[in-house]
Amino acid sequence: MTLLILFRHLDILTCKIASSHFPIGHQSSMITRPRSSSRGVSADIHAMSEDPKYAVEMRDVTKRFGEVLANDSVSLAVAARSIHAIIGENGAGKSTAMNILYGFYTADEGEILLDGEKRSINSPRDAIRLGLGMVHQHFMLVEPLTVTENIVLGAEPVAGLSLDYKRARSRVREISEQYGLRIDPDARVEHLSVGQQQRVEILKTLYRGARLLILDEPTAVLTPQEVDEIFAILRGLREQGKTIIIITHKLSEVLELSDNITVMRDGRVVGNLSTAGATASGLARMMVGREVLLRVEKQEAQAGASVLEVRSLSLRGKAGNASLEELSFHVRAGEILGIAGVEGNGQTELIEIIAGLRAQTAGEILLEGRPIDRLNPHERKRRGIAHIPEDRHRRGLVLPFDLADNSILGVHQDAPISGALLLNRKVIEERAKRLVRQYDVRPPNIALAARALSGGNQQKLIVAREFDINPKLILVAQPTRGVDIGATEFIHRKLVELRDEGAAVLLVSAELDEVLNLSDRVIVIFEGRIVGEVDPKSVTEEEIGLMMTGGRKEAGERGSRGPEEQESGERRSEGAEE
Amino acid sequence: MEYFTTIINLSLLASMVRLSTPLILAALGGMYSERGGIINIALEGIMLAGAFTAAAVTVFTANPWIGLIAAVAAGVLVSLIHAVASIEFKADQVVVGMAINILFIGVPALVSGALFESTGSTPPLPREQTLPDWNIPLIGSIPVLREILSGHKPIVYMALAMVPLSYYILFRTRFGLRLRAVGENPEAADTAGVSVRGMRYAGVLLSGALAGLGGAYLSIGQNSLFTRNMTAGRGFIALAALIFGKWHPVGAFLACLLFGVADAISIRMQGVVPVPVQVIQIIPYVLTLVVLAGFIGRATPPRAIGTPYVKEK
Repeated sequence: MTLLILFRHLDILTCKIASSHFPIGHQSSMITRPRSSSRGVSADIHAMSEDPKYAVEMRDVTKRFGEVLANDSVSLAVAARSIHAIIGENGAGKSTAMNILYGFYTADEGEILLDGEKRSINSPRDAIRLGLGMVHQHFMLVEPLTVTENIVLGAEPVAGLSLDYKRARSRVREISEQYGLRIDPDARVEHLSVGQQQRVEILKTLYRGARLLILDEPTAVLTPQEVDEIFAILRGLREQGKTIIIITHKLSEVLELSDNITVMRDGRVVGNLSTAGATASGLARMMVGREVLLRVEKQEAQAGASVLEVRSLSLRGKAGNASLEELSFHVRAGEILGIAGVEGNGQTELIEIIAGLRAQTAGEILLEGRPIDRLNPHERKRRGIAHIPEDRHRRGLVLPFDLADNSILGVHQDAPISGALLLNRKVIEERAKRLVRQYDVRPPNIALAARALSGGNQQKLIVAREFDINPKLILVAQPTRGVDIGATEFIHRKLVELRDEGAAVLLVSAELDEVLNLSDRVIVIFEGRIVGEVDPKSVTEEEIGLMMTGGRKEAGERGSRGPEEQESGERRSEGAEE
Repeated sequence: MEYFTTIINLSLLASMVRLSTPLILAALGGMYSERGGIINIALEGIMLAGAFTAAAVTVFTANPWIGLIAAVAAGVLVSLIHAVASIEFKADQVVVGMAINILFIGVPALVSGALFESTGSTPPLPREQTLPDWNIPLIGSIPVLREILSGHKPIVYMALAMVPLSYYILFRTRFGLRLRAVGENPEAADTAGVSVRGMRYAGVLLSGALAGLGGAYLSIGQNSLFTRNMTAGRGFIALAALIFGKWHPVGAFLACLLFGVADAISIRMQGVVPVPVQVIQIIPYVLTLVVLAGFIGRATPPRAIGTPYVKEK
């Protein structure tokens, strides 16, 4: 934990150093540049190819999907017994490269070497046989089954006609002890927290004899405490001789955990470097291809009158939903109020109640002093409430609709977009073109289905649509989930801009960094209750992390969890499905 | 009170066991299919196919055992249509099931017309050409159990044996674990190296075999001929029992017994209680409705049920 905090400060420090003292050269000196010297890189690797200290080498691997060049002559080498990070923006080709390694895709060109030997991997089954294991971002677990059943599935020990549950269980216990992955072999997976489910995934690969583990965005859905735990586990695995590849875009974690880094951009490797000496700003620049502000630059908030007031809001949760208990808070004009909390503790429900998508059981909501409880979502939008929903595919967009149609959702009944009877196509198209231009939605083709856009561009479209109503109050849930660094920077800047123009912003995010960076005030929520308010400028991650888990830091990881705990674990896992 | 003793007695329980048998077989069959993720509302049609095949084959071979095996084979063949349509062609499973149900209202009549010059029914079989009654040695000497459990057709005992056997298969074998995994999360099963296709075929074909056997019981066990639409909705009642029993072999078994006893009571009430026969006959169906309306909300089906498995990319 302390390390993480240290890195947050180091980040700032190194940013300054990098930008002031070593404008460009400092970084590039240790980076092998892409195109110009890619031959050189591969030559180096070739020279060392018989050296088995590389667990994996990919040489000039190319993969096309139709016209799209997903991997363009990708070369990388992963040292045995190391933790290797592959970083890059969405669509940079890192997942494609790993899916080729794991046999999901077959490369069009290039070759793969494992422990110095050339191998052809045509299916995940081949990969497993060769000692590879993959932990997907969305866990591949059968929830109603037990931990043991999930681990042995597909490679079950049998005794006669029966599945040998006794042997399976003792094998699971054995591996979990050997690698320090504590888990109750008889627990049902659906009752486990996300962090514990991840352990089951890792155990699955170890049970199958994996020597090399590939983890896709392993920390995306974890709490800060769980992140610490998984890091400890991964380091332990490295000690025991495993090689680990993690795909990620979280730079602080890369710097903390990995030994070496491969940076990808636009399907190419733009650098292979050692983590020692790398900086967050340097890595961000390589990933995006330009200077990126990792911190949100903002002035002190000029908070005005209260815009949103929530009084004793309660919700009795039905199956699968969190409850809310007596929430009271307010958001003023010109400030961003952040809500920190582990997903599934009521944030989703709170935002949906304010947006009018869900009814509370008790309490009231006032917008500029007037109750809005009886208004439907459309009427609330007319009063100036914008909503960026957490699930953009389900709530934010109609994926098969084109950008123009998506750009009017929610305002489609209002003049001049809608006439007395018919929609005004011309107005809609001009407005859509303007939004796409102003918010840099790519590709800027308003006749394209929303489905065809990347996550970041879909989000920009939603942001454009919502911000265009000149909102008084903006409800923002997970604004940058699955959105790459460039678009994240853009969305953050826009939010601060609107704040400065006097809008009140209520922000919910599972990314603690995001909440702390953007917010002027932060309230922490746990199991539907507000546990406290903190100052984002002075609070440590440890303090807030503790509050987010209700102060019970060690709970939920010793296999002896109460029913209450299990329930919240379940909710968490639901929230994790994006 | 005199009605009561006429209706409620030991032979009612024996009759419950008999009437439950086709339901138990079809419900357990449906369980294999649905646990693997394929909705099987074709149980009715498959039972009809089994019933007709059993009767027709027995007419020609004069051997009910061959008829029984033919009924199982017919069930497997019909469910193969279901499997190919829903697994290979990813058709809507409810539509496929309904199509099979409609098809097998007509097919037996058509074939029967061609073979026996009667579209209504197959020629009645002499008693010795239907399945024999089995007296079970040990149970046959225990007073009360003898009344209830002895002297039934072999298929009754097969159905009763299938309950613990299905429990064992589903929860204690590798096949069962894989089948359940495929029905809950086919993607996870696939990445773990389990063949989703293979397991789903196995589940659907097993359901065909069992429902076919259930159908055979109607035509060459309980009766001695096939009559048009003789299942009278039993496939759907079995489906209801499966849901009511939460897709669990023991649960489904108990639900089938409940429907069986309702059926038995309604048969016994006819002519005894001064209520129109038609009203009495609807008892099992009303019970089905009540049970499903009252309890279905609490049952959690296999999560991937009804969704064809499409591999990403």
